Amino acid sequence: MKPIITLERFEKVYQTGEVKVHAVRGVSLRVLPGEFVAVMGSSGSGKSTLMNTIGCLDRPTAGRYLLDGVDVRSLDRDHLADLRNQKLGFVFQGFNLLSRTTAEENVALPLRYSRQEKLSNHDRRRRALRALQLVGLSDRADHHPNQLSGGQQQRVAIARALVTRPRLLLADEPTGNLDTQTSIEIMGIFQRLNRAGMTIVMVTHELDIARFCLRQLVMRDGRVIKDEPVKDRLEAAAELLKLQHEHQAVQLTV
Amino acid sequence: MIIDTLDIAVRALRRNLLRTLLTMLGIMIGVAAVIAMVAIGNGAKAQVEAQIASFGQNMIVVMSGNASRGGVSMGFGGASTLTKQDYEAIRKEISGITAVTPEIRTSTQIMSGNQNLNTSIIGANEDYTGIHNWPVKSGANFAEADVRAAGKVALIGTTTAKTLFGDTDPVGQIIRIKNAPFTIVGELVSKGTSLMGSDQDDVVIVPYTSAMVRLTGDTKFRSLNVQAETYQQLASVQTQITELLRQRHRIGEGKDDDFIIRTQQQVTEMATATSQVMTLLLGAVAGVSLLVGGIGIMNIMLVSVTERTREIGVRMSIGARGSDILRQFLIEALTLSIGGGLIGILLGIGGAEIVSAKFGWTTVVSMQSIVMAFVFSAAIGVFFGYYPARKASQLDPIEALRYE
Repeated sequence: MKPIITLERFEKVYQTGEVKVHAVRGVSLRVLPGEFVAVMGSSGSGKSTLMNTIGCLDRPTAGRYLLDGVDVRSLDRDHLADLRNQKLGFVFQGFNLLSRTTAEENVALPLRYSRQEKLSNHDRRRRALRALQLVGLSDRADHHPNQLSGGQQQRVAIARALVTRPRLLLADEPTGNLDTQTSIEIMGIFQRLNRAGMTIVMVTHELDIARFCLRQLVMRDGRVIKDEPVKDRLEAAAELLKLQHEHQAVQLTV
Repeated sequence: MIIDTLDIAVRALRRNLLRTLLTMLGIMIGVAAVIAMVAIGNGAKAQVEAQIASFGQNMIVVMSGNASRGGVSMGFGGASTLTKQDYEAIRKEISGITAVTPEIRTSTQIMSGNQNLNTSIIGANEDYTGIHNWPVKSGANFAEADVRAAGKVALIGTTTAKTLFGDTDPVGQIIRIKNAPFTIVGELVSKGTSLMGSDQDDVVIVPYTSAMVRLTGDTKFRSLNVQAETYQQLASVQTQITELLRQRHRIGEGKDDDFIIRTQQQVTEMATATSQVMTLLLGAVAGVSLLVGGIGIMNIMLVSVTERTREIGVRMSIGARGSDILRQFLIEALTLSIGGGLIGILLGIGGAEIVSAKFGWTTVVSMQSIVMAFVFSAAIGVFFGYYPARKASQLDPIEALRYE
């Protein structure tokens, strides 16, 4: 199987004034199709830089990065943008939906920027609605972000990331702004997508959340210090049930 | 694609409606000012042209004067140099003319019964009313025979007639000019106010022969009016008359004419040149306010780019190219300026209407100025919108996403 992500001795150096900051010092990494990777690490560990590079928002200072077989280092801004549009889906901590724009229009937004397939308005609507269906929000298509709960907004954002049928889903602290139950619900969606074949790389600092993934990567000081399969993996459906029982138990005792 | 981007732009602008309207206001006022000012300028020009046309068609005026004495040019009226023989020579020898008349102007007191008033007297021949496009309303023009015989007949302007005779028909009445009794043979139609603002209907026209003998005592003319057959012949007639008069007045090679000759064409050009300068000035003032409006747009677009940095980051992360972002903000600026321009055009037309209704000025809203204002406001949108849009398009997506 050809890997989705191939990083070879990837380094990133930032020049801030006089000081050189070595954010990532030689990371080699392969992510195969169908993997579900949690990237962990404290702030300053280089995980954001790693994610930005994997997300084609930034280019390596040294080393090689192949995304789905495409060497990213030689590409200019426009081609990076096209690559993000075609191969990547982003999910952010703060949802980053456009306000005063309906869920459906938010989801359809990446299709407007597609240079590969020119879709009619009608086709874009259809694709957006199907993506909303995948996250179970087709009945909220006409709602504006401020009429949706945090969990619902994040589901709209996931639908937006899925609408271009990307090769890789990148999530940056997707549950950071959500309560426990909603977080598990979102992880449930990710697990479902992963089972259907979607490759996912997710940054998180919560161990509980990382346990929903298949592979765990820990970074420190610009290096990967741990890379192993997740032991005692959690299932979102089971965890939700457990949570409901706990709630009921609390209510009964009170 | 453009429709899509326009849709995004309109949404973004609707998000802050008051700010959008205030930004448009600058362009609106600018465009409205341009249109109204140019309309007023054009109106003035049209009025000048209409008055010059009413002055007479294909007219050439020959004035005595410009004789230099001791190196000092005396200008018009410095000395009467045009003789009756000159007049007759022009009449006989110049081709391409329909009529010639001397024009004597004086001003004196006239009386009728117990009424008297000071009015201007024109001495001319029977062709004068024809040349000046000034028909007789009642009665008849005087005849060639009256001119030859220095007859005591007169045509009367409406204002003079009204002052002397009220509502009674002046034709057949007697007026005394310098004690000589003149019979009114006809009343002229009203000609209105002249360019200088004087009442052209406060006038009495008598045969020039009578005027010379009985009123002024002059033997030479100050001025001759010549009418060319066509507009195209004005120049040729002008040269012919110049040559004839130089020959008759024995003016040597290289010496100045002792007369001034002006065609209607030249007078029109002079008058329109003046009003064109005025139009240009008004337009320039209005243009400055357009410029200020443009700067307002740039200002707001810069604010808007900063406010929406995060949105730009999101758009870039999902695959918008720099050019997509550039187009989005450029179209937003264009929507502001063209929207303001269109409203401004309506306001300008309305303003011109109000000015003409309130102050009685003639205003002419030209299609040209509307198109120009529209193109100009679009150009301002592009010019002042480009810098903020470019700034937006060059943002680093990582920085933009992190922006709070």
